[in-house]
Amino acid sequence: MTETLEQIIPREGYDLHLIHTKKFKTIHLSLKFTSNLTRENITKRALLPYILQQGTKNYPTAIQLRQHLDELYGTVLAVDSSKKGENHIFTIRLELPNEQYIAGSQDLLDKGIAFLQEIIYQPKLVDQAFDPKIVAREKETLRSKIESLKEDKMSLANTRMIEEMCKEEAYRLRVHGYEEDLDKITAEDLYSYYQQILSQDHLDIFVVGDIEGLDVEGKITALVEERQQQPIEKAMKVTKDSEQTLIEEDDIKQAKLHFGYRTNITFNDGDYPALHVFNGLFGGFPSSKLFMNVREKHSLAYYAASRIESHKGLMFVFSGIAPEQYEKAKTIILEQMEQMRNGEFSDNQLSETKEMTVNQLRETLDNPQGMIELHYQSVLAKSSITPDQLLQKVETVTKEQVINVANKIKLDTIYLLTSKEAEQSEA
Amino acid sequence: MKHKHYQQIEENIYTDTLSNGLRVFILPKQEMAKTFAIFTTNYGSIDQSFVPLNEQDVQTVPDGIAHFLEHKLFEKEDRDVFQDFSKLGASANAFTSFTKTAYLFSATSKVKESLQTLVDFVQDPYFSEQSVEKEKGIIAQEIRMYDDQPDWRAFFGTIKSLYHHHPVQIDIAGTVESIHNITKDDLYTCYHTFYHPNNMVLCIAGNVDPEETMAFIKENQDQKDFEAPEPITRKFPDEPKEVAEKELTITMPVSVPKALVGIKESVIPDNPKAFMEKEWLMDIVLDHLFSKSGVAYERLYEEGLIDQSFSSESHLERNFGFSIIGGNTKDPEKLAQGIKQELLNIQSTSMDYQSFERIKRKKIGQLLRAMNSLEFIANQYTHYQLLGIDFFDSIEWLENLTHADMQDFTQNWIKEEQLSTCFVKADE
Repeated sequence: MTETLEQIIPREGYDLHLIHTKKFKTIHLSLKFTSNLTRENITKRALLPYILQQGTKNYPTAIQLRQHLDELYGTVLAVDSSKKGENHIFTIRLELPNEQYIAGSQDLLDKGIAFLQEIIYQPKLVDQAFDPKIVAREKETLRSKIESLKEDKMSLANTRMIEEMCKEEAYRLRVHGYEEDLDKITAEDLYSYYQQILSQDHLDIFVVGDIEGLDVEGKITALVEERQQQPIEKAMKVTKDSEQTLIEEDDIKQAKLHFGYRTNITFNDGDYPALHVFNGLFGGFPSSKLFMNVREKHSLAYYAASRIESHKGLMFVFSGIAPEQYEKAKTIILEQMEQMRNGEFSDNQLSETKEMTVNQLRETLDNPQGMIELHYQSVLAKSSITPDQLLQKVETVTKEQVINVANKIKLDTIYLLTSKEAEQSEA
Repeated sequence: MKHKHYQQIEENIYTDTLSNGLRVFILPKQEMAKTFAIFTTNYGSIDQSFVPLNEQDVQTVPDGIAHFLEHKLFEKEDRDVFQDFSKLGASANAFTSFTKTAYLFSATSKVKESLQTLVDFVQDPYFSEQSVEKEKGIIAQEIRMYDDQPDWRAFFGTIKSLYHHHPVQIDIAGTVESIHNITKDDLYTCYHTFYHPNNMVLCIAGNVDPEETMAFIKENQDQKDFEAPEPITRKFPDEPKEVAEKELTITMPVSVPKALVGIKESVIPDNPKAFMEKEWLMDIVLDHLFSKSGVAYERLYEEGLIDQSFSSESHLERNFGFSIIGGNTKDPEKLAQGIKQELLNIQSTSMDYQSFERIKRKKIGQLLRAMNSLEFIANQYTHYQLLGIDFFDSIEWLENLTHADMQDFTQNWIKEEQLSTCFVKADE
């Protein structure tokens, strides 16, 4: 494997992360603006990615902006918002082909950076605010995005479960915002809030690719105006004494049975590598207990899996089942957790799972986005652990450590989204 | 073993056809941690009527059987093959498409062991009545999951509206009823006919040594006996040029309705270069109209008829081809009308020289970007290999396409009889 080199350079107002690697035929620039999740700002932050892609000073319409990206050999611009723990992350990124693979191309990186600079600092404005027509139009785009999310039943069930589970915590907030906020947002408010993001959020800039000798460090200064770097705040950890069960109905044929657990183990904790291995044994892979028992042994579901949340300390179980199988599936899933607590897994299973976990993490590093996200985990956790160190720690996890972790994980919420007919037939 | 170096993209491919007919392609990329391997048979959901190996007459098997077989190949008398990969720390998967069934894994260590596991499990079927029965429950759940997904329903609805008889209109997984009729013997019949090495391609991309890997595969294959390869006779019904239904409406609970317009291809070139050029040209013309930098996209967006879900895609295969354009909309009739209008006017609303060159640039850049992914490289290389095309060579064909080629193409591409519409709406 070729050496992949990461350099973190603290700069006035931001941190610059340079990752030099020969793995890719592209160069990736990613600006991540991070702030606390708040009910007040979440919809604005969800709306901004749409606005910024609608035009700049020199390319004032979406089609002009897009066609300019096409001219730059199909350079990709992506602007999005996401949540990790109780942070909201506003990401603007550009993926450019590395011109060493294109006959006759010149200064592609410079042109890309100049265009990115324009997108961030010179959006299309009318009277010192975003263009009100664009804002009105993009509110509708976001409104229909929020509407269509209701159709992805797996994500709907997960969202509803988190809302109930984390009722008093910022983590409950929907990353795509709320329909009822849209009418109140004006072009002026939105622009001034955007200025606040630019000057006051925590900012990290990542550059990934075959970048040695390209003076990325110098070129990147064009992307940052005067600002103050803010600290990142960590999520609240919560412990509850009792569990809750929630059942809701929808027009669906397949019911969604989800479980919300609190691990209270986050990226920087000593138990974190063992939590990864726990998840692999419990529900992270096709060889895991959930898949083997819920799907393979009892043919109850097409999918049954678990996933950990690394910055708030949560774990979710997802399964799609026939509505009438609710009790049976619930019992089997809870049993699998009990078995984990009792250490009912073999040394072989443990070592295989560790190997798969390491495999998965290493594969993530073969993907430019994955590379950025994995490094960014450390930033959010204020940790100095590199992906390689995390891998080494996973390799040394013991059975006792996994059992110990299993016993720290507490069930918080059971959530069932089921069909209307199922409820009627029971009544 | 043959070696070919592609200078512009700095890639190397090592190729061999083994004595049993198996074609092997190795693309070494030592910078990567991972190796991805995909073992593909030229057999998919459309291959329903065929002459079974060593028989004379055409037989028709139940809908969804290729996909069912894919599931069942993982189960052996004493174990589940997923576990074999798990033990090696690798992750395995499989998929069935209209024309292919593929088995794949990725691994960052013990690659040889995983390769052996992949090739051996696919070449050693074990089907029993009992395990076939058990699988029916699992696949029924999978089918029901798709039934709840409006995008999937809309996609297949559009295909159904395009075709009268061609089996591409059959759901890849079949229906809960059709899979009920599948037997152990059906699975063996399909297996012996379509899983002969002569009908298969193995493609390996990533952190491997090509000589060593090729020798290893050869040795593995030399130890196994296969019957002499026979050409496979597949039967497809005659399909009219015009669409089956001009309009089809699916009723299901959706909060935002959908409208998709389908284009049915009537002429599919036999010549590999002509085939590939047609595919690029379809892609370029649809991009010019309907991508985010497209002229029609802008008009439809300004009219408030489309949102982020709007997209277009094309599929071109040996004996069928179609494109699908559309997405969520508050006014399905108006959107469908708008898309059809754009398509029927492509001869007159011509793409200028500059736009054509810009979109070509974009396509070249997109290909480079996609090549970051070992999965993409191996999948595409296999896909085109089965169509008799060298994917990396085809990039040059793209570079050499001219504005005049595009104009010729649009002259004859679309007639109204080739267009259909599929709506997805909630019950009023």
